[in-house]
Amino acid sequence: MGRMKLSFRVEQRPEPSALMRIAAPVIATVLTLVVGSVLFAVLGYNPLTTLAAFFVAPLDSVNGLSEWLLKASPLVLIACGLAVGFRANVWNIGAEGQFTMGAIAACGVGLFYPNPDSLLLLPLMFLAGAGAGMAWAAIPAFLRARMNTNEILVTLMLTYVATLFLSWLVHGPWRDPQGFNYPQTALLPPTAMFEPFDYSYRLNPSIFITVIAVLGMWIFTDRSFLGYKMSVSGAAPLAARYAGFRQSAAVWTGLLAGGAAAGIAGMAELAGPLGQLSPQVSPGYGFAAIIVAFIGRLNAFGIVLGGLLMSLLFLGGEAVQMNLGLPAALTRIFQGILLFFLLAADFFIFYRLRRLPEHG
Amino acid sequence: MTPRLELHNISKRYPGVVANDDISLSIMPGEIHAVLGENGAGKSTLMKIIYGAAQADSGEIYCDGKLIEDHNPAVSRALGIEMVYQHFALFESVSVVENIALSVSGFDLAGLARRITELSLRYGMPIDPHRSVHDLSVGERQRVEIVRCLLQAPKLLILDEPTSVLTPQAVLKLFETLRQLASEGCSILYISHKLEEVQQLCDSATVLRNGRVTGTAGPKETTALELARMMVGAKLPEMHVDPSVRSAQPVLQVRGLSAPAADQYGTDLQEISFDVHGGEIVGLAGVSGNGQAELVSLLSGERLHHKAEAIRIDGQPVGRLDPAWRRRLGMAFVPEERLGRGAVPPQSLWENTVLTTHRRGLVRKGLVDRAKAMASASGIIDRFKVKANGPQSSAQSLSGGNLQKYIVGREIALEPKLLLVSQPTWGVDVGAAAFIRQTLVDLSRAGAAVLIVSEELDELFEICDRLLVICRGRVSGPLVRRETDREEVGLLMTRAGNGAANGQDETKLQG
Repeated sequence: MGRMKLSFRVEQRPEPSALMRIAAPVIATVLTLVVGSVLFAVLGYNPLTTLAAFFVAPLDSVNGLSEWLLKASPLVLIACGLAVGFRANVWNIGAEGQFTMGAIAACGVGLFYPNPDSLLLLPLMFLAGAGAGMAWAAIPAFLRARMNTNEILVTLMLTYVATLFLSWLVHGPWRDPQGFNYPQTALLPPTAMFEPFDYSYRLNPSIFITVIAVLGMWIFTDRSFLGYKMSVSGAAPLAARYAGFRQSAAVWTGLLAGGAAAGIAGMAELAGPLGQLSPQVSPGYGFAAIIVAFIGRLNAFGIVLGGLLMSLLFLGGEAVQMNLGLPAALTRIFQGILLFFLLAADFFIFYRLRRLPEHG
Repeated sequence: MTPRLELHNISKRYPGVVANDDISLSIMPGEIHAVLGENGAGKSTLMKIIYGAAQADSGEIYCDGKLIEDHNPAVSRALGIEMVYQHFALFESVSVVENIALSVSGFDLAGLARRITELSLRYGMPIDPHRSVHDLSVGERQRVEIVRCLLQAPKLLILDEPTSVLTPQAVLKLFETLRQLASEGCSILYISHKLEEVQQLCDSATVLRNGRVTGTAGPKETTALELARMMVGAKLPEMHVDPSVRSAQPVLQVRGLSAPAADQYGTDLQEISFDVHGGEIVGLAGVSGNGQAELVSLLSGERLHHKAEAIRIDGQPVGRLDPAWRRRLGMAFVPEERLGRGAVPPQSLWENTVLTTHRRGLVRKGLVDRAKAMASASGIIDRFKVKANGPQSSAQSLSGGNLQKYIVGREIALEPKLLLVSQPTWGVDVGAAAFIRQTLVDLSRAGAAVLIVSEELDELFEICDRLLVICRGRVSGPLVRRETDREEVGLLMTRAGNGAANGQDETKLQG
């Protein structure tokens, strides 16, 4: 009675697959290498050299390793904060803005604190950074909790506000009088900076903040009752209401955690590699951290791996542009392919394809 | 005469269960044939196989003497086999005729509307083809589904638990329609677990238990007890309902509760007043969609009410308190939706225990005590005989009935002063349902106030001390169970309650 046609149906697995949990990143990596190699080969680059330049060369020196961790640190820190909200379906897309506000507030304290030699300077900058990030995130939190506005839009728009505010500061009131009219502030005093482990490299102790944040995030999401309530809000909002967990509490916690983490990351970036404010304080950490959070499956230790990977992609992308002359667009495409496969492969942890015989 | 449908040795296995084991049956043209069995006996699987929505592992299906090969729903429709599912597949936002147009070829809406009116009148279930589906009651929606099937001039009509959404009066109407259809030569396969209905309607019955045929009978010549034995096995669970000792003060007091519907498909509640005392079970009867969902969410605190005094727990006004507060006052609640409301689907059972049991020492210094939560979940699994792989299995991996046992168990383990239960035994097999009902009775006899919202009148009559009836957002009653009957309740279920007379009725009826 007609031919057989194969068709597939996507269905939810009764339990997440433990095998796929481990296999998914491996499958994604293999697929990326295959597709990437084809892409490079078609465009006339030797796939092997390109991949080596992308993934191996950047880590081939102490400086490379230092840069790797230096860039991974803010990504992981911000992603930890964001994931707290994402687990509860609170979508803070504006970490970039909270990062910027954190850097601005920390810089204000560092430049204008009456006693530039005080040992309190760095801790005060830390508090200012965290506070400013939280304050910036409190605006969408208030609007969402009280007026049910969409936090995705508000956080995103506030990012542009923060960027323009920064631009105004460094072009106007905070511009360094001795700065040859460059749009940047004066350098921070030494007490307002993290001292690098070694002056040949840029890595500094602010990375320990990230380590503590990762542990804190793990305890919060995995062990704490508040974290439990947040995960219920995310997985089943009706069950949260049924149990009497307040939605507004989840909104506030999620946004404030993300704001604090991003603000602290901004402060650490300022008091670390930057040393002063200029119109570009972030190479896009706040946005990249969103991807890091999802690559890490919103799990503290996964986020560490995600951050390391993302940082390597940044470095590798720069390396192949400089060493092999690959166009910037091509490196971005390659990064996109990897992230796509990673997130797509995760889908099969929770879902599977089932073959249906269909009668035509 | 050739049978309209014959099944030969149908078997179907799913991982871990044999859903159908060597089932044979045969239906003549014009015969009304019942498939009886508890939930989980394999009825629905069998129907899917007959309709072609699932494939049997082995066995043969003959229609009018011809073997059906390569079965699927399209083949069924070509052969004149139509099915009315238990859960309707209608689009709320468009009209009846537009819904039906989706399943017939061609798109002559005017002509189709005429045929719908004609057919529905001929079979005594009038339906206006131009009304929007969201305005229709559940009974009317079922008519739409049936008319949709009748348009295909079926030779065999399959109905899956068709009366679970109907009032007693509507059930009688449906039976008339079905008898008329049968007299015109259409065979009817009627799936149910309700014995009385089968005895009333059907010419023959096949009884299933655990996927096997345990007997065939002429239901009119067989006693209900014999049929029940075939369904459940030798032992029938017995209920012990001790007389109730009511507390002096009501635990739950509702006074003049009115609320607009939460959305356009909801029901407005109007001036609802009733009491539930400690030591008694009060049942709220009604056809679904008459305001039960709205009332329950107001009572549970999932929706707040601007007037705090409209709802009192132990005398304390709680209308504006959220569910967490009301739970602190001793309320527990089993909602109608198990997955996503009563339980978080992807989370494990122990995590789902924390959902409402966290107040009982499962949280220390802000951290969840996993060991205690595990122990608590294991306790519920043991005590309520939940079939699960242990406290680690996820809520969504449990069958509906087992998850219900788990949620009821979890809420009862809270030792509540007031328990609200929506549809306590939906989709639960007879044995487990009896167990849940007995637990509810025991809880009330230990002094708790229990309010049960159910569409199953049999269930309410079995365990409730007093009955309320909700219809179009108004509550009538209370009626004392021993002094009322299905007839009276059924009438109240379809007619707007005499709201004004409520207060006087109460004293009279309780007197």
